[in-house]
Amino acid sequence: MTPSRGTPATPDADTKDRPLTDPQAGTASRPGADSPSGAESGPGAEARPGGEGVAGTEARPGTEARPGAEGRPGAEGQAGAESRPDTPGTTLALTPPAELRAHLTARLGTAARAWLHRALDEAAAHPGTHGPISVWELRIAEAGRRCGPEHADAARVLILHAARADADAVTRVYFQGTAAERRAVLHALPHLVPGPEALPLVEDALRTNDTRLLAAAVGPYAARYLDPHQWRHAVLKCLFTGVPVDAVADLDRRAHRDAELARMLGDYAAERTAAGRPLPEDLHRVLTFTDPTATPPAPAADCGTRGTDGKES
Amino acid sequence: MRLFDPHIHMTSRTTDDYEAMHAAGVRAVVEPSFWLGQPRTSPASFLDYFDSLLGWEPFRAAQYGIAHHCTLALNPKEANDPRCVPVLDELPRYLVKDQVVAVGEIGYDSMTPAEDTALAAQLQLAADHELPALVHTPHRDKLAGLRRTLDVVRESALPPDRVLVDHLNETTVKEAKDSGCWLGFSVYPDTKMDEERMVEILRAYGTEQVLVNSAADWGRSDPLKTRKVADLMLAEGFAEDDVDRVLWRNPVAFYGLSGRLTLDIATPESTHEGNSILRGAPKDPEGPVGAPSEWDDPTGAPAPGA
Repeated sequence: MTPSRGTPATPDADTKDRPLTDPQAGTASRPGADSPSGAESGPGAEARPGGEGVAGTEARPGTEARPGAEGRPGAEGQAGAESRPDTPGTTLALTPPAELRAHLTARLGTAARAWLHRALDEAAAHPGTHGPISVWELRIAEAGRRCGPEHADAARVLILHAARADADAVTRVYFQGTAAERRAVLHALPHLVPGPEALPLVEDALRTNDTRLLAAAVGPYAARYLDPHQWRHAVLKCLFTGVPVDAVADLDRRAHRDAELARMLGDYAAERTAAGRPLPEDLHRVLTFTDPTATPPAPAADCGTRGTDGKES
Repeated sequence: MRLFDPHIHMTSRTTDDYEAMHAAGVRAVVEPSFWLGQPRTSPASFLDYFDSLLGWEPFRAAQYGIAHHCTLALNPKEANDPRCVPVLDELPRYLVKDQVVAVGEIGYDSMTPAEDTALAAQLQLAADHELPALVHTPHRDKLAGLRRTLDVVRESALPPDRVLVDHLNETTVKEAKDSGCWLGFSVYPDTKMDEERMVEILRAYGTEQVLVNSAADWGRSDPLKTRKVADLMLAEGFAEDDVDRVLWRNPVAFYGLSGRLTLDIATPESTHEGNSILRGAPKDPEGPVGAPSEWDDPTGAPAPGA
């Protein structure tokens, strides 16, 4: 049985005509492409010369510190290539699982691909809860080191789908999960939960200051079920924390002629301007959705690249 | 110079520290779970702490270009409180997580029977989960504590070359080295080791299987001690390769025994560049080595791990 090739549990009619690619996907390079994947880092990796069962790039001369050159921590000279997800933005939440599986399979090495197929077959054969931790939940936990961190989100979404995880199951996986696992659960919600029962997970993620969780929380599931007040606050929080509003599913539709959102954006702009701070570029974009005739509240030239302080408090 | 601090409690540190550590060359840390200063009274507060070490703290570290992993355990001090001991039953579901690179810190504080039990049980958990173990050696009665620790390790299912005994000093280094365990040294402003004594020990015992850490926490400590030891090593005639071995390759090799060390970091650029974690060119000055990923062209990028 090929569990994820069937009809998605909750076909997302909204996604039918969408391209697979996010607006940004074309510009998203995949810096982790040279990393050995988790396929090499499972049991047995200990035997590798040098003793490093390292899933990433443990030694990348030239990418480490250049003494004296680090004006902006994190802005350069990082430890290695970032393991950004291979599937940017709302792609994971919008792509039918069968298509996602084909996409992921084409990118995994032999060992990782075999691991994934086994994990999906196992999850399909033994879904539900058994023992202190179900086997498919163990597979979700180890997906990063098996498939490589850049493919972990996609692998986890597929395992959740193969296990036909319901609202109770995704809730358990979310609250027992690492930040990476929680992100994958959020991406999987539109495929798995046909009603609003999983909204508490979205609300939990929206309370965090972790931009990776925030970006995953404002996907199509939130677009469908989040009430207007919470949805507006989610959009505003994206602007506050620097999450690009491209991550917000159905932004144009939900923001369309939303006068209350326009008011909140205007107040936020006034607050930033009063403080002598630049406005995030995305603010103007959202404002335009709320009212196509709106005049930007401040000169666009004031927009800095930084935009926000990356947190709310 | 690339530095790996293999034992530092970042939960107790500020973003200024992260910034200074990055500027000093620190690109990777391992944060062992430990006693927070204020005693816990239930397993639930351990679980929130573990979740933080698997969620929020790696996110904070990534903002400063530092890869963050953790070791999880019931620490020796709180192993003596029966209200906390049930956390041992919760550990298995945490030890399977991707970012957990060892069981730790375990070991002795006051060398009580309860500590014996917790140490032995957690060495077994490490063996069961194919993880190495980070073993704290006690502040008081250190040599006796080390000997008792090594006895328990010998009786465990975990081979000594998967055990790091930490907080060593002149009185304990020899027996620890003879045991075949990895050797950890914590360099502090006042207590434990200092830079000068550390360099002397490296001179006397070599760099093999030696790890140096700051063990910085909520007490008087210094998160830049790894850099200070590196600088003194160079000033005292050690080669750059020696520094790289002690302060990068040895910790990578030890925690790499887990098969879970990922030194790629996903820096949430949004928080300092107004950019997305999901888009944009990498900040890596070397540029990406692999081809860009295109959804519609699976052959465009070599499959990692192939």
